[in-house]
Amino acid sequence: MGNPSTPPDLRSDASSGSLVGSARGDALFKWLLIAAACTIPALLLALLYELSSGAWPALSKFGLEFIVSGTWDPVAGIFGAWPAIFGTLLTSLLALAMAVPLSLGVAIYLTEFAPVAIRRPVATVIELLAAIPSVVYGLWGIFVLIPFLTTSIFPWLEANLGFLPIFRGPIYGPSVLAASLILTVMIVPFIMSVSREVLLAVPSGQREAALALGATRWEAVSTAIVPYAKSGIIGAVILGLGRALGETMAVTMLIGNRHEVAASLFAPGYSMAAVIANEFADAAGGPIHESALIYMALLLFAVTVVVNAAARLLIWRVSKGRGGR
Amino acid sequence: MISRRALRRGKSRVMVGLMGVAVLVAILPLFLILASLVIEGASSLSISFFVNRPAPVGETGGGVAHAILGTLMIVGVASAVGIPLGVAAGIYCSEYRGTRLAWVTRFVADVLNGTPSIVVGLLAWTWVVATQKHFSALAGSIALAFLMVPMVMRTTEELVRLVPDSLREAALALGYPRWRTTLVVVLRTALPGIVTGSLLAVARVAGETAPLLFTALGSEYFSFDMDRPMAALPLVVYKYATGPYPEWHKLAWTASLVLILVVLVLNVAARLATRQRFDRA
Amino acid sequence: MSGPVRLETRGLDALYGDFAAVKDVSLRFPANRVHALIGPSGCGKSTFLRTLNRMHETVPGAWIKGQVLLDGEDVYARGVSPIQLRRRVGMVFQKPTPFPFMSIADNVAAGLRIDRSLDKSRIAEIVERSLRRAALWDEVKDRLGASAMGLSGGQQQRLCLARSIAPEPEVILLDEPTASLDPQGTQRIEELVFELKEEFTIVIVTHNMQQAARVSDTTTFFYLGAMVEHGETKQIFTAPREERTEAYITGRFG
Repeated sequence: MGNPSTPPDLRSDASSGSLVGSARGDALFKWLLIAAACTIPALLLALLYELSSGAWPALSKFGLEFIVSGTWDPVAGIFGAWPAIFGTLLTSLLALAMAVPLSLGVAIYLTEFAPVAIRRPVATVIELLAAIPSVVYGLWGIFVLIPFLTTSIFPWLEANLGFLPIFRGPIYGPSVLAASLILTVMIVPFIMSVSREVLLAVPSGQREAALALGATRWEAVSTAIVPYAKSGIIGAVILGLGRALGETMAVTMLIGNRHEVAASLFAPGYSMAAVIANEFADAAGGPIHESALIYMALLLFAVTVVVNAAARLLIWRVSKGRGGR
Repeated sequence: MISRRALRRGKSRVMVGLMGVAVLVAILPLFLILASLVIEGASSLSISFFVNRPAPVGETGGGVAHAILGTLMIVGVASAVGIPLGVAAGIYCSEYRGTRLAWVTRFVADVLNGTPSIVVGLLAWTWVVATQKHFSALAGSIALAFLMVPMVMRTTEELVRLVPDSLREAALALGYPRWRTTLVVVLRTALPGIVTGSLLAVARVAGETAPLLFTALGSEYFSFDMDRPMAALPLVVYKYATGPYPEWHKLAWTASLVLILVVLVLNVAARLATRQRFDRA
Repeated sequence: MSGPVRLETRGLDALYGDFAAVKDVSLRFPANRVHALIGPSGCGKSTFLRTLNRMHETVPGAWIKGQVLLDGEDVYARGVSPIQLRRRVGMVFQKPTPFPFMSIADNVAAGLRIDRSLDKSRIAEIVERSLRRAALWDEVKDRLGASAMGLSGGQQQRLCLARSIAPEPEVILLDEPTASLDPQGTQRIEELVFELKEEFTIVIVTHNMQQAARVSDTTTFFYLGAMVEHGETKQIFTAPREERTEAYITGRFG
């Protein structure tokens, strides 16, 4: 057979060219991507380093006493974060206690029981709650939620459950309970959407096996599906906790901002993020005040890192079967 | 005597009913909040609101144009930095998914996505405000960019990963260098999803207040100078909502309405774009 | 009647980590003929094919031992760019892989636009000629700007063929190109393969023995990663020398 019948002009520039060439473009590109990817771990390390060094003056002066002491006196230069830590934990745990049953109920209903046609739209609408800026929650809390609480819910609680110290005492409006309620509304969409994803990953064989054994639909859910997804759901709940711990604006606007530990949920309190938000821009107590606030941020950061890392590991473990996240 | 079976079935029905109620309770706040925003805020929406600065206390009218401009500039600069970095990092983590760096980056991004934004704001404060000794819009942009990078990275990674390997192979077999394969074929195929992810990230940081409190700080004036304090919509809402004057509260409601319209429009647009993408696939 | 040796392998092993998917294969592919690689699934024929344009090494952990020569030049030698190689050795895959966001014409031109500065009219010319050679021109000439995803599976595969011949490679590798097509689409591709050998050297992997018998000039039988028998197609199918070859082509296993 003779030569190929292709026009020579094409052959010359396309084919019989040399095989030699460099891969420099590829190497450069890869290094650029690596550099970009490295910014994320670098950001974490930078946060850790800068917060630690900024917190150092306060850390060396107050040590761990900072965590348990209740005095916060910028004028005297004495700082103890306990009221803020207490307020953060209390509001977050209260919010979690209210949000978990609610969001799990929604997630289970939307994956197992709701008519198929409404599942996605309803989930989307609830997820839109997560898109509302925190400051708007705060605004709504101040002008709608708090007036409603102080005129109806709080008096009712006091009248009917007033034998408990947590529902006793003067009603101010801005309070630990108001902050917890707004936090509840804010973390429901997070817990709901993550646990919904986890539930969707449960193989349908689990459900069918239970139903085939004569279980009612609720029994199938509670004995076959939820246990299967358990660690993922716990992950979702912890993720919600992380959100609640770090939530700043809405809590700042509703919690009352007082460095106090009170027995009553009607009393004002403080949270770590709220203290930073309120006092950092003009730390009246000078450098040590600033450092104490950064110390507070470091504590908050450390807690949320641990909480989020734990949540992610739990969720990854469940979702792995679904294409490895 | 009720049979065991009927008891169990009854229990099942009660639980399902309770969950249905939970759905209603969970949806309720969205409608309550939107209704309040419209009722309290819509009446003050006017041209003046979008072109003027706030009027002095005691006078009616005035607007938040300075804050709208400020938000556009601060978020614009943050996006210009944060989106490309996040997209590049996301490409790395999906195209080189088996590497240790990819695993670490993905994990840290998830952790950072859960880190309080006020803490990230402190980093920008340390690097920019503390060294320059003055507040600036640029510091605010940097804080928002830090927040955007891990968010954009995660969505990009997940969507680039959906691009079938066969397309990568087809491009490589045509003699495309790897970088070109990634940019021209992989990124182009995943582009609608990446746009969606970026829009969601923009929507998210546009509403951020906490990291701007001690970086951009806020201002009463129009400003184009990134090196000076600048107003932003969320800062205006915060300041006016917590201030003592009824006119301020009115402005806060209206500014919130504008803010939420922007955020919801971005969200819905982003969701629609992705839905179309998946329907076609 | 065979031309010069276009492609040759010498003692070629293809490995994934420690596992050798192809063991010690030495073969010569003369120019302008169709060479079929047959064998049961997992016999290494596709892996072997992918070593010829260095696609094998794009899988993490994959590497080779031995040599592959294109026109006598070692394609794995230091300094050789797989990118340059792949422009001279085109490939079509099992499933059609049109780029979903590109028009029909842009798909065909995809390989032309890599780094050459061909002007628009020249590109349009090559696109037309490539589509004609892939017997697709008449079907798509009125909708060159439309998305390639609107084509049928068989049309998409011919589009991919047009895309791979547009840059004028010397060799075309076909990795089970008809595996996902209906009988009609399969027949079109087979006719094309027969015509295209006028201009190209073709290596085709297939698990369809009738196909190998119909389109190829030489056939190589792979089994468990090793080359069992290589020869003129007629001889392999009528008078195989190896017992295993005979067992496979008569359908006793595979």
